[in-house]
Amino acid sequence: MTFDPSHAARSFSSVGTRPIRPDGVDKVTGRARYGADFNMPGQLIGRILRSPHAHAVIRKIDTSKAEQFPGVKAVVTAADLPDLTDGDTSMYDILDNCMARNKALYDGHAVAAVAAIDARTAKQALKLIDVEYELLPHVTDVDQAFAADAPLINETIFTTGVDPKPDRASNVSMRSQFGHGDVDAGMAEADFVVARTFKTEQTHQGYIEPHACVANVSSDGTADLWVCTQGHFVYRQHCAQLLGLEASRLRVTSSEIGGGFGGKTHVWAEPVALALSRKAGRPVKLVMTRDEVFRATGPTSATSIDVKIGAMKDGTIIAADATLRYSCGPYAGSWAEVGAMTAFACYKLENVRTVGYEVLVNRPKTAAYRAPSAPMAAFAVESAIDELAKKVGMDAVDFRIKNAAQEGTKASYGPVYGPIGIGPTLEAVKNHPHMKASLGKNQGRGMACGFWFNFGGQTCTDLNIGMDGTVSLAVGTVDVGGSRASLSLVAAEELGIDYAQVRAVIADTSSLGYNDMTDGSRGTFSSSMATISAARNAIKILRARAAQMWDIPVEDVTWEKGHAVAKGETHGNLPNLSLKEIAAASGTTGGPIAGHSEIVADGAGVSFATHICDIEVDPETGATKVLRYTVVQDAGKAVHPTYVEGQYQGGAAQGIGWALNEEYIYGKDGRLQNAGFLDYRIPVCSDLPMIDTQILEIPNPNHPYGVRGVGETSIVPPLAAVANAVSNAVGVRMQHIPMSPPRILAALEA
Amino acid sequence: MAGIAVSTTINGDHAEFLCHPDETLLEVLRERLGLMGVKEGCGTGDCGACSVILDDRLVCSCLVLGAEAEGRQIATVEGMAQGDRLHPLQQKFLEHAALQCGICTPGFLIAAKDLLAKNPDPTEEEIRFGLAGNLCRCTGYDKIVRAVQDAASVMRGA
Repeated sequence: MTFDPSHAARSFSSVGTRPIRPDGVDKVTGRARYGADFNMPGQLIGRILRSPHAHAVIRKIDTSKAEQFPGVKAVVTAADLPDLTDGDTSMYDILDNCMARNKALYDGHAVAAVAAIDARTAKQALKLIDVEYELLPHVTDVDQAFAADAPLINETIFTTGVDPKPDRASNVSMRSQFGHGDVDAGMAEADFVVARTFKTEQTHQGYIEPHACVANVSSDGTADLWVCTQGHFVYRQHCAQLLGLEASRLRVTSSEIGGGFGGKTHVWAEPVALALSRKAGRPVKLVMTRDEVFRATGPTSATSIDVKIGAMKDGTIIAADATLRYSCGPYAGSWAEVGAMTAFACYKLENVRTVGYEVLVNRPKTAAYRAPSAPMAAFAVESAIDELAKKVGMDAVDFRIKNAAQEGTKASYGPVYGPIGIGPTLEAVKNHPHMKASLGKNQGRGMACGFWFNFGGQTCTDLNIGMDGTVSLAVGTVDVGGSRASLSLVAAEELGIDYAQVRAVIADTSSLGYNDMTDGSRGTFSSSMATISAARNAIKILRARAAQMWDIPVEDVTWEKGHAVAKGETHGNLPNLSLKEIAAASGTTGGPIAGHSEIVADGAGVSFATHICDIEVDPETGATKVLRYTVVQDAGKAVHPTYVEGQYQGGAAQGIGWALNEEYIYGKDGRLQNAGFLDYRIPVCSDLPMIDTQILEIPNPNHPYGVRGVGETSIVPPLAAVANAVSNAVGVRMQHIPMSPPRILAALEA
Repeated sequence: MAGIAVSTTINGDHAEFLCHPDETLLEVLRERLGLMGVKEGCGTGDCGACSVILDDRLVCSCLVLGAEAEGRQIATVEGMAQGDRLHPLQQKFLEHAALQCGICTPGFLIAAKDLLAKNPDPTEEEIRFGLAGNLCRCTGYDKIVRAVQDAASVMRGA
């Protein structure tokens, strides 16, 4: 029988409780091992030399002095990472990003690397590498890069998604369009129209743990990689392909991960560490500095977005239009398309059109950042929606309720929605006590909605039952924020045993089948589905073993609350057999008992949230203080509600930082000016209030327990919610994120 | 090697090491002494992940030289639990789910321990400012503040 993932209403005994996480004690006692907390015998220390220029041809690299420096065991450049990508352009871009081949494309681009006996020696050796650059004109701003006369970053980029194909290269790598109906006719009919242009600046995921790995390539062709990553199977594939290794010969072990948020989804330094190890014949540990993390990894796009929305006098939105430009670093492949898909996803629209452009700039290659591209689109759309509600003369919440998408609505990006939570989150917000809290002078309240798809993907899980009746759950999705707890709850639920009898571990790439990475809010969604499937497979074996022990037909055995139960008149009086009793007998009934599952976890439930934010602006300094914040989000089914709340609160906090403070600041020279936590200021404890949460549970019909992904949606509304609050407080529509004090003062003075 | 011989006390135990004159206490703790509970998030004193208590002062160990540990008392996260009994702060961090990825947790625990030693009954605002030198990117601080409030209450009752 194939696994049926559809939702069945049921009551839960483990799922929905809030036990202590299994990796908790190690994490509060300092014993948990993260990327940088692992060493190997004979290990060398690797360091990377990075370009100080935004755009330059690499004329020559002379590594001879560094190679001769005492203590240096290997120096590598692009010549040590030959192109094995065989026409796969996205892998070629990853290769080029790991180590610049012909041109340095941004300040921070790797150009060479050293492995030496210690960090001090490696650092000194970097200074002995002589790189001859020929500077080229650069461009770091998304609008300037979009312009026809901008310096060209990659002469092989011709805009895709336009017909006919352009006859000359440009910085626009892709155009994508979504929507339906007749937007122009709808807009002409509208009684009220709001048209605005918005900008958001580039931000970094800001995980506290810098990228770190230990690579060990043996002369027999096998290799091991210890690394902090959101997807060790994906890292294995990337590294194996770039290094010319067979995937099965490269074992990747994921360390505990100190935050990722999308920023640890593709390789940067890992192929370099492997290349150094291969050349030196010794293990190499490579840990980035914070400066490198900012200059060379992660960031999300900067954007420039035009929005136009028209409504009728009764408050019905008649047409919605947006053009969204997302910067993507010097390579094709930002998430612009996704921004265009999500922009109007919260609404029921007859006429809607979104056009997304990805734009090359001389900045680091962008990586996913929690619901990638959606927060900026939501900022623009939800700001315009707020303004339109005012023009129509409706309350901001009521206006959204009137136009909210429902089950059966054709989404602006194509599909027809099943049961969804946008309406319920809005109703919950309308009735929330937060909405009645009084506001003082210079204070304002804003609210905004957000949408994220969520993702399922390839998943493989093993559930092994020990002779003592305890359960080992081997999972392949990296645990970034407590998923081992939620998956242990799910295994306990399905088997009918105690949470304490299950131990979940993240298996390495040699111990489990392939798993996609922990992204797209899929960790608990997909691995819980695979865990349920694996548990059901184990139960089939447990029933068969019980039948064997009782010498009755297996059809007469059911599984209830952790026990095999004999049914039927002839043997209904047999005492139940516990999982422990069946496990203890396994040596004589057919050997070890295990359940396995290999699935593509289709049917991730889309996710909606609505946030409320109260702020106070100091009109003298332009500084903004968040006074109250409330998150309402649909979780489908909250497996471990405390960690679901944590996802809501964490996403909100990141969004608040983005809205008010965080931005990459580039100088005219194309160099990043604030590559550190002092000048790139993420929210600290004293910047934030308590963040109230309300979990709604509208079951996902495609998951046995109704689970939806919960990790990302919470970062989608905050930019808009904070901007609406600030706009309401100061009486000026804020159009540029972050709303740092200078921008607020400028808006007040304009 | 141009090493400096240092004799110090870490989590109540005597420790001796040789270090370079420019080597940070963070490097010494992690690389020479294996105390990897002390984390490096920035190396510039901006994130607090490497927080330790030096005598009675909360410091970023990345901003202290190893040589400065001579004759001092150092407390790290590894010294908080007594045997298998967790410190109330550790226990409350677990109960409140005050950690997600957990990389900032050792620094927060040490900073909170220092805060409560000096102010056993802090207001929410005092906790927020007391922990403002420690960055957390996962939690939004809500559950951290609640865990510290709860631990403070337990410790006052103890």
